[in-house]
Amino acid sequence: MLESYLRERMKQKDILLMTHLVLGYPSFDDSFKIIEAMVEAGVDLMELQVPFSEPIADGPVILRANQKALESGATVERSLDLAKKVAQRFDIPFLIMTYYNILFKYGTDRFVAEMADRNLKGAIIPDLPPEEGGEYLKAMEKYVMAPILIFSPTTPFERMRYLANFARGFIYCVARKGVTGQDTSFSEELVSYLSRCRSATDLPLAVGFGVKQKEDVDFLKAKADIAVIGTQTIRIVEERGVHSVGDFIRGLR
Amino acid sequence: MITKRYYGQFGGAFLPEILVATFDELVAAFEAAKNDPSFWQEYQHVMSTYSCRPTPITFAENLTRFFGGPRIYVKREDLNHTGAHKANNVMGQGILVKRMGKTRVIAETGAGQHGVATATMAARFGFNCTIYMGEVDVWRQRPNVFWMERLGAQVVPVKEGTRILKDAINEAFRDWVSNMDDTHYVLGTACGPHPYPEMVAYLQSIIGKEARRQLLETEGKLPARVYACVGGGSNAMGIFSGFFDDPVELVGVEAGGDGLDTGRHASRLASKDGSIGVAQGYKTCFLQNGDGQMRETHSVAAGLDYVGVSPILASLKESGRVRFEAATDKEVLEAAALTIRKEGLIPALESAHAFAQAFKEAPGMSGDDIILINQSGRGDKDIFTIADAFNDPAWQKFIIKKAEAYRA
Repeated sequence: MLESYLRERMKQKDILLMTHLVLGYPSFDDSFKIIEAMVEAGVDLMELQVPFSEPIADGPVILRANQKALESGATVERSLDLAKKVAQRFDIPFLIMTYYNILFKYGTDRFVAEMADRNLKGAIIPDLPPEEGGEYLKAMEKYVMAPILIFSPTTPFERMRYLANFARGFIYCVARKGVTGQDTSFSEELVSYLSRCRSATDLPLAVGFGVKQKEDVDFLKAKADIAVIGTQTIRIVEERGVHSVGDFIRGLR
Repeated sequence: MITKRYYGQFGGAFLPEILVATFDELVAAFEAAKNDPSFWQEYQHVMSTYSCRPTPITFAENLTRFFGGPRIYVKREDLNHTGAHKANNVMGQGILVKRMGKTRVIAETGAGQHGVATATMAARFGFNCTIYMGEVDVWRQRPNVFWMERLGAQVVPVKEGTRILKDAINEAFRDWVSNMDDTHYVLGTACGPHPYPEMVAYLQSIIGKEARRQLLETEGKLPARVYACVGGGSNAMGIFSGFFDDPVELVGVEAGGDGLDTGRHASRLASKDGSIGVAQGYKTCFLQNGDGQMRETHSVAAGLDYVGVSPILASLKESGRVRFEAATDKEVLEAAALTIRKEGLIPALESAHAFAQAFKEAPGMSGDDIILINQSGRGDKDIFTIADAFNDPAWQKFIIKKAEAYRA
C-alpha cells in the first residue's frame, strides 16, 4: 500500500521528495539514467509521465519535453516497458502521470491492469475529475492502485472533502494557479491553503508546481509531507546534463 | 460538483481541478442567461444594431440555372460584422462576460475570424483581450492579425505542437488556469468541456431560426437539404438547429484536404480515420493514432483544420440525423471560383466546402426542391490563398512591387 509506505518513510524524514520526469525525454536511455540518479540521491517516490500530444495542464518546459519525446518515437508501450524496468530495479514506488486519452485509447481497465502487472503503485491523471472517472476509479480499486487526486487553491473546502473520498495514497496539492514550471510564492497564503487541505483529508499531502530549490522544500516542512520537484529537474538536465541530477536532488534536503 | 452534459456518448467536462470552480461559475451564468428572456432580447438587439441581423437569404439564380437542379439559397452569415458567423457567438459571450463582471477575454483562433470577432467585441465592451493563434495560421491569415492588433488585442503566435488551431486552444487554456479571476475564455466553436458546446450552439441557433422563417416566407416551403461546412462545427450547429424537427436532410461538409485516402485532411466524421478520444476537455471523434496522440491535420481552410469536432455533431452522426461528407481543397477552390463568377458572392474557403458538396449533389436533385447553403463567412480574408491557387500573375507582380516599396 502506497500510503503505509509513505507513513513509514515520514517517520524517518521531515519531508519526502517526489520527482517527475517525462518518459523518453531526452531519450529512454537518458530517462533510465535520470531515474537511477534520482533514486541514488534518495528520492522517496517518482511520477513517470507518459507523453501526450496535448498536455493541457503543463507549462512550456514539460510541454516541449512531451513533444520531443513523441518526435523521437516514444510510445505508450515503450513508456510502460521502461516503467516496468525501473519498478523492478529500484526499491521506491513509481506512479504513472499522464492524460486520460492515453488510458482511454488503451482501454482504461487494461491500462490499469498493465500498471499493476508492472508493479507500479498509482496514477495521477490531471484531466480526469471523479465525475468523469468512474471506470478509472473502479479499475484502480480492483487492481489496488492508488488514484492520486488533486487539490487546487480554487477548490472549495466541500469539494476537497468530496475528492478525498476517491483518493488513495496521498493528495497532490497544486501550490498555485497556472501551469507547471512557473514561480510560486511561498507565502502565508500558501500556508493557509495547506492547512485547509490538511483539515479536508487524513491522507499525506504532496505539494507541487514551482518547487525548485532547497528553500522551497524547507518552507514546506511540517506544512506538507511530500515536496514535488517537476519542471526543475528537466531544466537541470537541459542546462547541465544528466550527470547533474544526483547533486541537484541531494542539495534539496 | 462538475456539471457535465453528454450527447450520446460524446461531450463531458474533463477538467483539471484548477478550473472546476471557474466552470461552475460559467455554467451558472449561462443557465441564468438562458432562463432570462431579457438575455436573448439584448442579444438580438446587439446583433441587429452592431451586426447585420437578421442576415438575408439570397436566391442563387445563376447557380440554380447552371446546375439545372434544385433552387439554391444561400444564408448570408458573411454579412455579419467582421464577416462571419463568429460574431454571433462572440457578442453573446460578451454580454455574458459583462454579467459575470469579468474584464479580460482570451480566445483561440484558426482562420483569424474568431480572433477578429473577439477583438472587436472586446473593443466595443471595453475588455482587455489576448488572442492565441498558431504560428502556421498567423502566416496563412496575416491580414486578420493586423486587424486584431489594430483593435487593441495582443496576438500571441503559438509555436508549440502542430502550431495550428488545437495548439492555440491549449495555450488559451494555459492562460486561463492562471487568470480565471478576471478572465473569460471565449471559445470559438461548439467544442470543449460543457457548457461550451451547448452555449455556442445556443448562440449560433439564431442562424437556423432566421433561415427557416425566411425560407417559409419566401418559398412557402422547407429545403430538402441544408449544407454547412464543419470545422469545430458552430456554423453547422447554428443552421442545422433550425431544422432538427423538420423532414430536412442535414449535410455537414468537412475538410477533405488532399483527399481522404491521402491522410492529409481534417475529416473526423466523414473519413475512416477518426476515432473516439478525450482531449481539450471533452470526448468526441478525433484524428489520432492508436496511442491516442493527436495527428497533424490539413486543409486549405485554416478554420477547418482541427483534430476534434463538436460532440453534438459526433452524436448526430451516430444517430444518423446529420450526414457527413468531405470536399477536397481542389473541389473547394473550384466551387469558390464558380460562386464568385456566377453570383458575385465571395465565400470564405471554409464556407466554400459547403458549396462544393452542394454542387456535387445538385445535378441529381429535382427542380422542385430547395437547397440551403450556409455561407458562414466571406472570402476577402483568403485573398492571398485564393490568389496563389489561381496563380494570378498580376497579383504576384503587385505583391513583389509592394514588398520592394517596403524594403526601400
